[in-house]
Amino acid sequence: MVEIKKIRKNSYKIEKTGKMNVPVIIYASQKLLEKMKLDSSLEQAQNMASLPGVLKQVIVLPDAHEGYGACIGGVAAHDLKEGVISPGEIGFDVNCGIRLLRTNLKKGDIYPKVKELLDEISRCVPAGVGRSNISISQKELDKVLEEGAWWAVRNGYGTKEDLEFCEENGKMKSADSSLVSTDAKKRGHNQLGTLGSGNHFLEIQYVDKIFDEETAKAFGLEEGQVTVIIHCGSRGLGHQVCSDYLREMEKAFPEIVAKLPDRDLIYAPASHYLSKRYFAAMSAAANFAWCNRHVIGHQTRNAFLSIFKEAKLETVYDLAHNICKLEEHKIDGEMRKVYMHRKGATRSFGPGNEEIPKKYKKVGQPILLPGSMGTASYVLVGTNESEDISFSSTAHGAGRAMSRHEALRRYNAEDLRKELEAKKIYIKSASKRGIAEEAPGAYKDIEQVVGVSDDLGIGKKVARLRPIGVVKG
Amino acid sequence: MILELEKRLQGSGLSELLRDNIMAKSKNYEYLSHAADIKFRAYGKTMARAFDNAAYALTDVMTDHTKVKALKTKKIVVESEDEKALLYDFLEQFLILADSEGFLLHKVNSLEISGEKKKRKLTLTAEVVGDNKMDKYPVETHIKAITYEDMLVDEEKDGFILQVIIDI
Repeated sequence: MVEIKKIRKNSYKIEKTGKMNVPVIIYASQKLLEKMKLDSSLEQAQNMASLPGVLKQVIVLPDAHEGYGACIGGVAAHDLKEGVISPGEIGFDVNCGIRLLRTNLKKGDIYPKVKELLDEISRCVPAGVGRSNISISQKELDKVLEEGAWWAVRNGYGTKEDLEFCEENGKMKSADSSLVSTDAKKRGHNQLGTLGSGNHFLEIQYVDKIFDEETAKAFGLEEGQVTVIIHCGSRGLGHQVCSDYLREMEKAFPEIVAKLPDRDLIYAPASHYLSKRYFAAMSAAANFAWCNRHVIGHQTRNAFLSIFKEAKLETVYDLAHNICKLEEHKIDGEMRKVYMHRKGATRSFGPGNEEIPKKYKKVGQPILLPGSMGTASYVLVGTNESEDISFSSTAHGAGRAMSRHEALRRYNAEDLRKELEAKKIYIKSASKRGIAEEAPGAYKDIEQVVGVSDDLGIGKKVARLRPIGVVKG
Repeated sequence: MILELEKRLQGSGLSELLRDNIMAKSKNYEYLSHAADIKFRAYGKTMARAFDNAAYALTDVMTDHTKVKALKTKKIVVESEDEKALLYDFLEQFLILADSEGFLLHKVNSLEISGEKKKRKLTLTAEVVGDNKMDKYPVETHIKAITYEDMLVDEEKDGFILQVIIDI
C-alpha cells in the first residue's frame, strides 16, 4: 500500500513515486479517506498523475470514488504542448451537471399540491428511457450542438435571462458538430429535454438554512423559498462522443495502449489533431447538455405554471461537473494555459473572475452540490483561495459509497418510499429498481463532503436545501 | 436444465467449492457486485457463443430478453483491433440500437468471429432479432456506456469467460 501522508486537517498527500509525474493531493476527512481506500479511486488518481504533461498535482476531492480510467471527483491540469487530453478524465456523460432554479413560492404553498405537481413534472419531463417530446431534424440537431442553450431560447424554450446564469453562457464556442459521429447523433436525436436514468433526477426543495446572508441575497435565495434542482447531462449523445474518441485514440496509438495501466485512461497528446477534434466534439456534446437542461428548465416552469398561476422560476446557476476546459492557472508562480480536466468536480471561481455572471461577480460563482435522494443539498460559493489549493475546484455531490447491486439487495423500494413519505418527501420514479439503487444509505454523507470543502475554503457554505419531492430518472 | 445439474452434483460427492465452480460455468451469464455500476460474466464453449451470452446479459439489464418479441431482424458488423475491443464494439451496437431505434434484443440468430489477432483485425458478423418498440416493455435502466474496466476475454479448458462492466 502506498504511503498517504497527512499534511494538515482534511488534506493528505501521495508523494511522487514510480511512474508518477506529480504528487496526488487528497482533500477528505479521515472518515472519507478510509472510504476511498476501499475502492480503486486512489490508485486511479496515481494513474492520472502518471500521464504525460500533467502539471503541479492531481486533486482528489472529498466525494471521490472509483470511476473508469480516472476516479470520479478527480481534477488534472495538462500542459497545452507536453500534456494530453483524456476522455476518461472527463467521463462518459460529458457535461453532466446541475441547474438550480429559484421560485417565488414558499414551502407551505407546495405541500398541499406536491403529488399533483410531481405528476405534472413527470408528464412534461420524460425520465428513465422516456423519449423526447421534441422532434427535431438532423440539421436542427447540428444547430443544437453548435449553439447549446441558445438554440433552446431561439426556439421558445427558456429565457434569455437564463443564459446569463449558465457556465459558458450555455454554449462552448469551440464546438464543431461535424466532428460528432452519426451514431452519436442517432443516440441523442430523441433525447433532447429528457432526464435519463441512473443517478439523474429533478428535485423540488426548500431553503431550510442560510449560512451566508450576503451571498444568499446575491443568489436570490432566502429561507423557506422553494427551489428546483435538475441533475442530468448529454444523454446517449455525449456517451457516444466519449466512446467514439476513446476508440479512435486506441486505434491511433497502440503503443500508448500497450503501456497503459487501464485502457479507459487512453489519451491523445494535446498537440495531436485527435485531441483538437475530441475537444471540439466534446464541446458539442457539452452544448447538447446545456440545451437539454435549458429545455428541462422550461418544461419545469410550465409544469409549475399549470398548478401555480403566479409561479415565477428563474435560473440561479447551471454548471458542468464532467468537462475539459481551456483555462489559465497559476503554476509555479506563472500563469499558464492548460487543458483543465474535471471529472465529478465543480469549478469554484472566486469573486472578480471574468467567467462569473455580473450579478455574482462580487461574491463568487454558485456551486451546487446535490445530496442523495431524501437528504439535503447545498449551495456553496467559489473562492479565490481555491485557485492555489485545488485549481479552483471542489466536490460535485455526495458520491456513491455502496454498489447498486448491494443497494438492491439491502433496500426495498416500497419501504423506502414509505420511509421518505413519513418525512414528507415524495418520490415519483420511472422504476422501482431506481429507487432502491439510489437509496440514501448507498451514498456518502453530504454533510461531511460539504464540511471538508467549507473547512478548506475551496467552496464555502451558503445555503442548505431540503427535499420536498423527487422525480427520479 | 440448471436445476437438474444442481441435483446431480449434490449426489456426486464433489466438494462444495468444485460444485460451485461447475455450477457457475453451467450458467450462461451472471451478475457480480460493483460499486457504481453493473458487472457481468458471460460464458460459452466458443468465443462466439460467449459473445451471444454477453448480449443477453447486457439486454437483461434493460429488460428480460426472453419476453421481447422477435419482430425485427438486424445485421451487426464490427471490426476491431483485438478481442476486448471487439467485445466493447459489439456490445455498444446494442446501446446505439436501443437509443436510436428503440430496439431490444430477443435472440442472436447467428454470430461469427473471423480474422487474425496478429494482424490486429477481427471481424464480427451477427444477425439478431428483437423488437424496436421499446415502449411496450418494462425497461428498468438506461445504459450509458460499455467500459474496459476489469474486462476479461479468457479462454479456459472448457470454454470462454467474458467479463464486462457497464456504466449506467
